[in-house]
Amino acid sequence: MRGKIWGCRGSLATPGPDTVRYGGNTSCVELRMRDDTLIILDAGTGLRPLGVKRAHSMPSRIHILLTHLHMDHLEGLGFFAPVWDPNIELHVWGPPSPTHSLGERIERYFSPPLFPVQLSDVPSRPVFHDADGAWEIGAARVSACSISHSGPTVGYRIEESGCALAYMPDHEPMRGKDPRTVEPEWLSGHEIAQGADILLHDSQYTAEEYEERVGWGHSSFEHVVAFGQVSAVERLIMFHHDPMHTDDELDKKLAYARTLWGGDGPENAYEGMEFEL
Amino acid sequence: MVRAEHKSLALILTRDLASNLATPLFIVDPEGTLVFYNEPAEAVLGKRYAEAGELSADDWSGAMFDPQDETGRTMRPREMPLGIALSEHRPAHGRMSITGLDGLRRTIEVTAFPLFARSNEVAGAVAIFWEDRGDAPE
Repeated sequence: MRGKIWGCRGSLATPGPDTVRYGGNTSCVELRMRDDTLIILDAGTGLRPLGVKRAHSMPSRIHILLTHLHMDHLEGLGFFAPVWDPNIELHVWGPPSPTHSLGERIERYFSPPLFPVQLSDVPSRPVFHDADGAWEIGAARVSACSISHSGPTVGYRIEESGCALAYMPDHEPMRGKDPRTVEPEWLSGHEIAQGADILLHDSQYTAEEYEERVGWGHSSFEHVVAFGQVSAVERLIMFHHDPMHTDDELDKKLAYARTLWGGDGPENAYEGMEFEL
Repeated sequence: MVRAEHKSLALILTRDLASNLATPLFIVDPEGTLVFYNEPAEAVLGKRYAEAGELSADDWSGAMFDPQDETGRTMRPREMPLGIALSEHRPAHGRMSITGLDGLRRTIEVTAFPLFARSNEVAGAVAIFWEDRGDAPE
């Protein structure tokens, strides 16, 4: 499995001179399996450049896995070139709801007045699926599990050839508490992250910011480091950077996280970051 | 690596809520296994949850608490509000007496309801209860 990060900014796209190094596009991660299956994690604004740069190597079948439907994870969908190609087979997966299908919920954004075109008129005619339990996509084994955030949200675990990547860009493992204060089986997201080779995880707030935003569904640096250690992950990549945090502040956050970890473990996600499992 | 038995998010958040309430709460998983009760419930049930631990449905609904209706008849699991909530997937309310793990007999009022998770599966059930000390205002 090979991966590339096309967007790791949280909440709001944040272009500008203060975010050049880590990037301003919102959540989007490209995964290629050994059989060339393409899985895209979230459809934030990073999805647009992914579609442009990969135009010549785009497979005819694409799977987009949405963690949830907040705009910063969805608004790239209408600007992803393959969506407008009738020869593309597009599968979109997302959190289940007891009241509305995934397609119905996405259509609220993908229709006037918020978007100029109706979802039903999209040439690729996306197929929508509930992300629930475990299933196969090409060579990948995918698991989805509800996690703690505001509104229906899932975390994903993608496994191939004995390696696992866990993805939880928006996640508050324990509301207002250190994740180490409960047994792991009672910890939101632990099932997804446990023993993963790479964990891409929410790292939105400083401790001071988190104090004011308990219950908003995001993690402090302290909590993401603790969560990564409780989950015994090999590599922790801090994701979903707060739009108010500049590159220099993210450098400080990384240094602090490494102090908490007790070594070089944590890394900051940045646009263009590539990894291989 | 052997994986721990993870709880569903519905149970995790219910336990989080229970831990922050002064009202006694008792939580069971879809199989009816007791997975948590909070500190106010400990005062009624007569033992700390950390000492009692997870209990099977047969244990908590049987001789352990010796549940009886208002006539003194032993209640079967499916007659108890929590048993109804779990087996019939609907809320239920009742008045009963139990013997706490401290050996004291107490009368309680119980309201129980099933927990439906987002994909509409039953994630467990919750019982909220109050001890009736007979000191309610007339």
